[in-house]
Amino acid sequence: MPIRPILSSLRRHKLIVTLLALLVAFTCAIVCNVAFMIRQHVADMGVPSGVAESQLVMIESVNLKPGVNHIAQHRVDLAALRAIPGVTSAAAVDALPFNGNNWSTTASITPNGQNVAQLSVFNGTPGELQTLGLKLVAGRDFRADEYVPKHATANNGGLQHVPAVIVTRALAERLFPGKQALGRLIYPYSNGVRIVGIVNGLLQPGGGNGPDNNFSALFSMLPDGMSVTYVLRTSPHDRAQVLQLARKALLKVDPDRVLLHPQTFTQLRARHFSRTRTMIDLLLAAAFGLLFVAALGITGLANFWVQQRTRSIGIRRAVGATRGDILHYFQTENFLIVTGGVVLGVILAVGLNLLLMQHYEVPRLPLWYLVVGAVALWVLGQLAVLAPALRASHVPPVVAVRSA
Amino acid sequence: MFGYYLELALRSLKRNRVITALMVLAIGLGIGASMTMITVLHVMSGDPLPGLSSQLYVPMLNVWSSSGHGGNTPDGFTWPDVQNLLRAHRADAQAAMAEGVAAVHPTQPGVGVFFAVGQFTTAEFFSMFDVPFRAGHGWTAQQDQARARVVVLNSRLDHKLFGNRTGIGQTVQLGDAAFRVIGVLDDWNLQPDFYRQKGNHLYGQRDQLFLPLQTALALHMPMNGHFSCWGDGAESRTSNQCTWVQFWVRLDNPVKALAYGHFLDNYWQQQKAHGRFQNAGHPPHLYGLMSWLAHEHIIPDTLAMQMWLAIGFLIVCMLSVVALLLAKFLRRSGEISVRRAMGAKRRDIFMQFGIESALIGTAGGLLGLMLAQLGLWSIRQRPEGYAQLAQMDVMMLVGTVVLAIVASVLAGLLPAWRACQVPPALQLKTL
Repeated sequence: MPIRPILSSLRRHKLIVTLLALLVAFTCAIVCNVAFMIRQHVADMGVPSGVAESQLVMIESVNLKPGVNHIAQHRVDLAALRAIPGVTSAAAVDALPFNGNNWSTTASITPNGQNVAQLSVFNGTPGELQTLGLKLVAGRDFRADEYVPKHATANNGGLQHVPAVIVTRALAERLFPGKQALGRLIYPYSNGVRIVGIVNGLLQPGGGNGPDNNFSALFSMLPDGMSVTYVLRTSPHDRAQVLQLARKALLKVDPDRVLLHPQTFTQLRARHFSRTRTMIDLLLAAAFGLLFVAALGITGLANFWVQQRTRSIGIRRAVGATRGDILHYFQTENFLIVTGGVVLGVILAVGLNLLLMQHYEVPRLPLWYLVVGAVALWVLGQLAVLAPALRASHVPPVVAVRSA
Repeated sequence: MFGYYLELALRSLKRNRVITALMVLAIGLGIGASMTMITVLHVMSGDPLPGLSSQLYVPMLNVWSSSGHGGNTPDGFTWPDVQNLLRAHRADAQAAMAEGVAAVHPTQPGVGVFFAVGQFTTAEFFSMFDVPFRAGHGWTAQQDQARARVVVLNSRLDHKLFGNRTGIGQTVQLGDAAFRVIGVLDDWNLQPDFYRQKGNHLYGQRDQLFLPLQTALALHMPMNGHFSCWGDGAESRTSNQCTWVQFWVRLDNPVKALAYGHFLDNYWQQQKAHGRFQNAGHPPHLYGLMSWLAHEHIIPDTLAMQMWLAIGFLIVCMLSVVALLLAKFLRRSGEISVRRAMGAKRRDIFMQFGIESALIGTAGGLLGLMLAQLGLWSIRQRPEGYAQLAQMDVMMLVGTVVLAIVASVLAGLLPAWRACQVPPALQLKTL
């Protein structure tokens, strides 16, 4: 298809060509950036928690009676929970990834030294590691004699004499870069706590997608506050039933307690990301809306052009052009205009990204988004022009002599 | 003439219903999307306390004595610092507060224990924020010191506990202790609840009860929010190395604000001289309420971004409509040239087509208004706190109509102008 005659024809319709190119350019710029934002949100939502998510259910229990020995109560409760058919293990914990129950403290690697990291403190009864499904990459689980009470009502004083800690790999690397962390002491206070194990990863209770969000540490401390979360591990299809039975079992042990937030880990994660989910839905709707409206404009203009040039099409057909020639003419014309728009759109997209980077926390737009955006608009343009171009190709040659 | 043009426009719009519908849809979508987002941003960026906000300040004391915290501002004050500032009493009003939870034991049979979120605060909280009371009053500074077991309820909790008569003078069991109800708030709903610790949900949540902070501390009542310690802070609420308390002051005029800033500087220097805050880089800073909201990004950044996105969407919609109108008008070049040849002025042609595009704009605006209501409704179904606020006020309603008309007139301007450029004679030949 010779391009020169198409170009000279376009030059006579500068206004409409400019409009179309602008339409394509704006759409391209916005869609590229929106696609990138969607990708980032999807990445946020996919952040691994480190625990066996599909097998966990949890329920919060609050004991309001004064003077209760909470640690003893947990032991009784856990015995009842482990007796539930389908439960493979159970633990009483305070913090969990996404549950927002974040107790963070700073730690140094020498007594009273410079703080090296801010870490999230996780505590739980023996068996927490196994229940959560955390994978030890080095070292061991806590020994029974290492557990101390957390002393929740005495300012969490347990942290001042806890002997052992299991840290995540990310935290170990921050505390002792390039060195063996296992067996070393860390100092949340003036007392040293020995690293007895290293787990692959455990996301902080607040979530997050950064490397710092894996600075988590399990201490050999037993929760002893009035509120505790029981985590049960079971097979994925038993979760709903186990949750119901757990509720009954706990109320049977002590009917006066308050049970809160019975949920699967999957639900906990979904709740944590409900806002991100909203954002993704909104962005998707905006992107499709944009493409739809842009297609509307392109189709409308192509229709108009076909109608305006009906007689010229007839003449071309009369002097020997085939239907295919006419079809290709409109398709090539559309391709040229969209290409012009895409070039401008790519520049706009990069500019928009730079602007967003300046004002919001947005990373640089990877180049291949521009390529995908350009291809998407080419396809969109071709789809939008197809119907009008087909109609043009069906203009009979006799039109040339009819109205002249 | 106007009536005639209107009739012409209607006839022309009816001639090609699909194109007309598409144009109305395009404008409607653009207006709907942008007005939804503008409304959300508008309701969220409002002044939470009009008239008082310019007198409210939050001091920030840089307390970190470690490098581990980067350049972040701390989550609040330490208890000893707050006590020093309260005792100094240099502001027109000042109060410390922390979000807490109380297990409420209702007296009526059949209602189980439930948890209520509220503020553990100090006496001047109510006068400082101009909190409206339905009955009773707050407590005094003496009661703060005496760790009095008194509580102020919001109207909803009061109704839940005591029904239609207020609970003033009654006792309510909160956790392990009995509290006397001394006040019931009228409807008080700050949006956002700016005095909360940053990072907490600031929209939509309502404090149900208020009781003296010192009492709560003495009773070890559970508190929410960040509790960060450094050094050998001993993880104690009363440690001078653990931040968790919020502190706000009211300063009636800028001169006083300046003086208070000096006072804070002095306090900070003094504490430094005593060996505290050794590694804290920045001197203290006094934020006004509105600049605090901006500084803390209380309005989520994503919302502003969504608004700009929606405006970009509107631009694309308008470009589409311009293209469609242009096509539609120029297709009628023959009709235009006949009218011109018969004596119509350019202005008349411009008027005729202007009215046609205004009609499309009005229809699109109405559709946009409906779509915006739908969008706001769908936002209200979302679980986020601010979602409940997504309502259009009169200003936004008027704004939507104005935006729709401006958008459509702008969109119609170029096509109408092009249409009136059609020369009278040239086109006649082709007819």
